Amino acid sequence: MNEKNNTLLIYTLLYFVFLYVPVLFLPIFSFNDANYMSFPLAGFTTEHYEEMWSKRNLHKALWASIKVGVVASVISTTIALFAAKAFARYKFRGEKISYGGIMMPFLIPEIILAVAILIIWINLGFKLGLVPVTIGHTLFCTPFAMLILIARIEGFDFSLEEASRDLGENAWGTFFRVSFPLYLPGIVAALLLSFIISFDEFILAFFLTGSDATLPMYMWGQMRFVQKLPHVLALGAVIIVFTTFIVLLAFWLRNVGQGKAKKDIALKL
Amino acid sequence: MIGYWKKVYAKNDNVKAYTLLSPALILIILAMVVPMALMLSFSMFTQVNMMEIDYTFTFQRYIDFFQKNLLVTLLIKSIKISFLVTLITLITAYPVCYYIAFYVKKNKMLWLVLLTLPFWTSYLLRVFSWKIILGTKGVINSSLINAGILSEPLTFLMYSETAVVITLTHAWAAFALLPLYVSLEKIDFSFIEAGRDLGLSRFEVFWKITFPLSLPGVIGAILIIFIPTVGDYVTPALLGGTDGRMLSNMIQAYFGKINNIPLGAASATIMLTTVILITIIVSNVTKRLTQRLT
Repeated sequence: MNEKNNTLLIYTLLYFVFLYVPVLFLPIFSFNDANYMSFPLAGFTTEHYEEMWSKRNLHKALWASIKVGVVASVISTTIALFAAKAFARYKFRGEKISYGGIMMPFLIPEIILAVAILIIWINLGFKLGLVPVTIGHTLFCTPFAMLILIARIEGFDFSLEEASRDLGENAWGTFFRVSFPLYLPGIVAALLLSFIISFDEFILAFFLTGSDATLPMYMWGQMRFVQKLPHVLALGAVIIVFTTFIVLLAFWLRNVGQGKAKKDIALKL
Repeated sequence: MIGYWKKVYAKNDNVKAYTLLSPALILIILAMVVPMALMLSFSMFTQVNMMEIDYTFTFQRYIDFFQKNLLVTLLIKSIKISFLVTLITLITAYPVCYYIAFYVKKNKMLWLVLLTLPFWTSYLLRVFSWKIILGTKGVINSSLINAGILSEPLTFLMYSETAVVITLTHAWAAFALLPLYVSLEKIDFSFIEAGRDLGLSRFEVFWKITFPLSLPGVIGAILIIFIPTVGDYVTPALLGGTDGRMLSNMIQAYFGKINNIPLGAASATIMLTTVILITIIVSNVTKRLTQRLT
């Protein structure tokens, strides 16, 4: 279309404002020298950020979230890599049902997954804690990771793998020297995004952590007390900056090198 | 023996595919299917007291559910809120996707990344920021009072159904934007040009050509927003007050302070069944609609 549409452009820009402004209030008020979040702003302070250093429970929760996030993202990306390969490479019986089944955790209301895992975990006689949270997060991250990896693998020229096999490389050699380097940007993107999903996840953690709070659980606990809000704002602002950085990195990785990597491999072969 | 299996493996795509899929399927079965089956059976037990559960099968929990006005009201309210959120999100997001698909020429991906970026910041924090905006001492009220437009804060903004709907519309925007954009982007522009050449007005071109062709994205967005929002817990808990409470808040209470696991499991099962039924209805209706329109 060669024409312009200014009404739609203005609308789209307003929509951007609607999407971004609420999120930006957190960093703005995190520098505000007052306990209430209202205008006009009272004055500039970094006190709320300094306060974060002294909160031992916050450090514990941060560490818990990192542990859960790393384990859940590594396991779910590994599982998703195999599954994505199956969907991208083969036509097989029951393909649609398997795909639907693996995507289910992404669609079902999270509270139902949380309740179901809670019931089985308690009845097996285990204690609530970070282990069931990690299981829940792995379940929840796998469909996301699989979607990203399928997109990566679908553009893949499988004749490269066949060529490698024909030239006498075995299955593992083919995987590590041909497929893996080509999938790598997709794998890293899947790892990063799964980590972020797990890092921010609340409902599963809320039902399954017991007393080992993750970071969102810690924030939830602090949100009830007005006098504790400012340092939650500071924490929130840090998390937003961190998340944005990781997500942009993942997006960049997902798109980068799709053409170039293929050429490299083709040359090596 | 091993040689035999190697041969089967090499020849059969089904075997290869399911070997690759097995870790994912085992995860789904052990962490979702089995727990949900157990949840279903627990919905047919009875909580005797705080510690004890009677394991004889009964459908009494489902009867309890439908006899408790509160639970039925909350179920209906959850559906109503999700329906509103889905509708508003679709209507507000559609023009944005339309603009990017048809009018933006350079860096479409960048626009899309920017649109979905806020979605990746913690859900809890996004909900929390709406609390800052809508609260009685929040951004909107304090600004209006300072400007002298109001003398008392607007109370309907916070702890209400309105607050829940606004917040969820913001929180789930990305899930409407992506499928809508993908389906609009796929439309062959020559169809639209043909429509114009044949003398259809802009409005007719939209209703008869563009909109029907974008229906797959609309359906995708409906399902991907409606289903999870029915079970939302955080937003009603932080912003809903008593007016904006949803079924999830009650389910949480049954597993928490009320401690009636069977009734909680029955409520969760009823929520899931409702969601599945609505999914089936929506996809059938839209399938027929698509057939009629295209």
